[in-house]
Amino acid sequence: MSLPNKPLGELKAVRDPEVIEKEVDILIVGGGMAACGTAFEIKKWASDDISILLCDKAAMERSGAVAQGLSAINTYIGDNAIEDYVRMVRNDLMGIVREDLIYDLGRHVDDSVHLFEEWGLPIWKKSAEGKSIDGKAGLKLGTLKSGAAPVRTGKWQIMINGESYKRIVAEAAKKALGSDNILERVFIVELLNDKNDPKKIAGAVGFSTRENKVYIIKCKTMMVACGGAVNIYQPRSVGEGKGRAWYPVWNAGSTYTMALRAGAELSMMENRFTPARFKDGYGPVGAWFLLFKAHLENGLGENYAASDKAKAELQRYAPYGTAAITPTCLRNHLMLFEMKSGRGPIIMKTSTALQKLGQTMDKKELKHLESEAWEDFLDMTCGQANLWCATNTEPEKKDSEIMPTEPYLLGSHSGCCGIWVSGPDEAWVPESYKIKASNGKVYNRMTTVEGLFTAGDGIGCSGHKFSSGSHAEGRIVGKEMVRFVKDNPDRKPELKESKDELVNLVWKPVRLYLDNCAYTTAVDLNPNYAKPAGMALRLMKATNEYGGGTATYYQTSSKALDILIDDLLFMMHEDTDKLAAGDLHELMRCWEIYHRIYTVEAHVRHIRFRKETRYPGFYYQADFPGQDDANWFCFVNSSYDKATKEWTLKKQDYVKIIS
Amino acid sequence: MPSYVIAEKCDGCKGGDKTACMYICPNDLMVLDATEMKAYNQEPDACWECFSCVKICPSQAIEVRGYSDFVPLGSSIVPMMGTEDVMWTCKFRNGVVKRFKFPIRTTPEGAANEYAALKGKDLNSCLLSTEEAEGVTLPQPTQLA
Repeated sequence: MSLPNKPLGELKAVRDPEVIEKEVDILIVGGGMAACGTAFEIKKWASDDISILLCDKAAMERSGAVAQGLSAINTYIGDNAIEDYVRMVRNDLMGIVREDLIYDLGRHVDDSVHLFEEWGLPIWKKSAEGKSIDGKAGLKLGTLKSGAAPVRTGKWQIMINGESYKRIVAEAAKKALGSDNILERVFIVELLNDKNDPKKIAGAVGFSTRENKVYIIKCKTMMVACGGAVNIYQPRSVGEGKGRAWYPVWNAGSTYTMALRAGAELSMMENRFTPARFKDGYGPVGAWFLLFKAHLENGLGENYAASDKAKAELQRYAPYGTAAITPTCLRNHLMLFEMKSGRGPIIMKTSTALQKLGQTMDKKELKHLESEAWEDFLDMTCGQANLWCATNTEPEKKDSEIMPTEPYLLGSHSGCCGIWVSGPDEAWVPESYKIKASNGKVYNRMTTVEGLFTAGDGIGCSGHKFSSGSHAEGRIVGKEMVRFVKDNPDRKPELKESKDELVNLVWKPVRLYLDNCAYTTAVDLNPNYAKPAGMALRLMKATNEYGGGTATYYQTSSKALDILIDDLLFMMHEDTDKLAAGDLHELMRCWEIYHRIYTVEAHVRHIRFRKETRYPGFYYQADFPGQDDANWFCFVNSSYDKATKEWTLKKQDYVKIIS
Repeated sequence: MPSYVIAEKCDGCKGGDKTACMYICPNDLMVLDATEMKAYNQEPDACWECFSCVKICPSQAIEVRGYSDFVPLGSSIVPMMGTEDVMWTCKFRNGVVKRFKFPIRTTPEGAANEYAALKGKDLNSCLLSTEEAEGVTLPQPTQLA
């Protein structure tokens, strides 16, 4: 038990941290799949005199969205045409995507998957008899690269034994980059522009969550890739269960906020993802739909998605709604219609699916089928498996409920919010998709801030990369950052802020806490500061009620958005000046909530700007229902000036590249 | 479904160079009480139940109890990590027990080839290093709008 006036965390924060100043050529911020791709690729191109540093908030072995593992790789092109991959992504995201980025990713992603298998990731194979063979036995049928057939659940997905997926990928990344060039448990919190040209990146500042140390790092170029944003809307579970987010709970919008505050343009931040998953446990449904062929029923026992009424509703959203694969948001839309009409809850008929599959199987095959169903959870959402155990749910006997989650922001899964970046410098890429640096050259995946790159969840307008695509994209950036350094040999980054100013910025919550904590008898209840835990709940309550959260079935309106943005978020920004931290863990939480507020503000500002409902099922703008192609078949980009605190939103042309 | 530490089994990894659960937790939840030499989960409502701490603990001192706001009591799922497989024991509330073994890796730990000697040649092409080394031709879109 902690006594009053004693910080709760074990790693107490002191008033004056040690300051570590570093200068490198290339800084990699993040340690997930994208950053592991960069770490693997970068030294293949960098000469020995180029210095590189990677900072990860956690430990690379288990950091990022793949920390827990995965049961499938959702992007493997294989025998498919890359153009078809572009078409699939475009249709799922309701037409407005960057086809250059998607095509570019599609031509590299398989190379990363082949490396994963070589490194030791078990990938299921399909035998000549059509059986699934996993683990080492699967390798006897050959590798994917040598032509062996994967077990496809859909056109793009392949099954894996992925419990140790991140450990394997991180191992290769750490070996390639070298442990001397990696700082774990260092949380970068703010990017710094160049003193002589604020349109260029010059460094970053952060701190260790293990020692009282502030890091000031100067660099010529940088990639920021710290995942998407989670716990920005009130989750359906609000006690201990709020940790059971569908996406990793530690993704705090840091990528978007840090880039935005450095001057980078964000794009399509109005897009969000509210996946329909097993209720509460948020276990994956992909294998249940695609591998086990389960279907959904409403509370009346009707297969509502197959009804004439559903087909008519989808017709309204042609060509997307009438495509072979219904877009994710529209599948939610149909589900919400049932729920709102009182025909919920939505049930996945796991029992029917397994019984049907079992009719043609012997006992051994049935046992294997059961094992596959459980592995799907145990490889990537262990808690869902425990929820089944706790509720005596054997899926072959008892069905489970499906529910759309709270909103998430991300750019690598079935969502496309993120940062506006340059496409590759090739003839087929439209000029409006290319960002030129001051030397006149185009750098693939560079943001509108010179020298600042991003990948994975960071890049907007191009979802459906998933784990493999994020890795491949990180590799693309690794090469491009080396090219940038080679092209700019005389670049000397200079910071505008003094060392003291930067320490004050990072350490402000600690000093505010120490100045005021003795005033009351309980550290968490003090009128002079706000603890991050309370601020997090305040943010999630506001977005949930006004910004189209689960409270309103994802519906918002112009008036609600005005209240949220102009009143609630405005004051929240002001109150972030009063965030307080008594220990290093709490300092991390302060900066995370700071990042979350900017990120979700970008999201709701984009929704307010786009006067249509582009993604029914993900959100509804009640004043502008339906899609308005005549006025809004375009991207929306936003930027922020941290000196004036002004936001600018604008339309950006969409160019169709692939037929 | 937050992780908890069994007091009797935890020795704070005193024989190791780091406290394993604290090293691995992606959300910085596991900390060491240096006086007691016991680890604990400092923020159970921020636990993603990823089982990273459970799997890495050398003393099998960490287990998980379902989230109090929606998981009934009485079940458990316990992993046992090997070098090639993970063994799961899943105990239902009603006493049913299921055991599963899944492959995790086909190569020895540490064997991932980082291609240390590979050096790319053409920095201005769009090919990645391994693609260039294999003589891959960069695909170009042909089905244009």
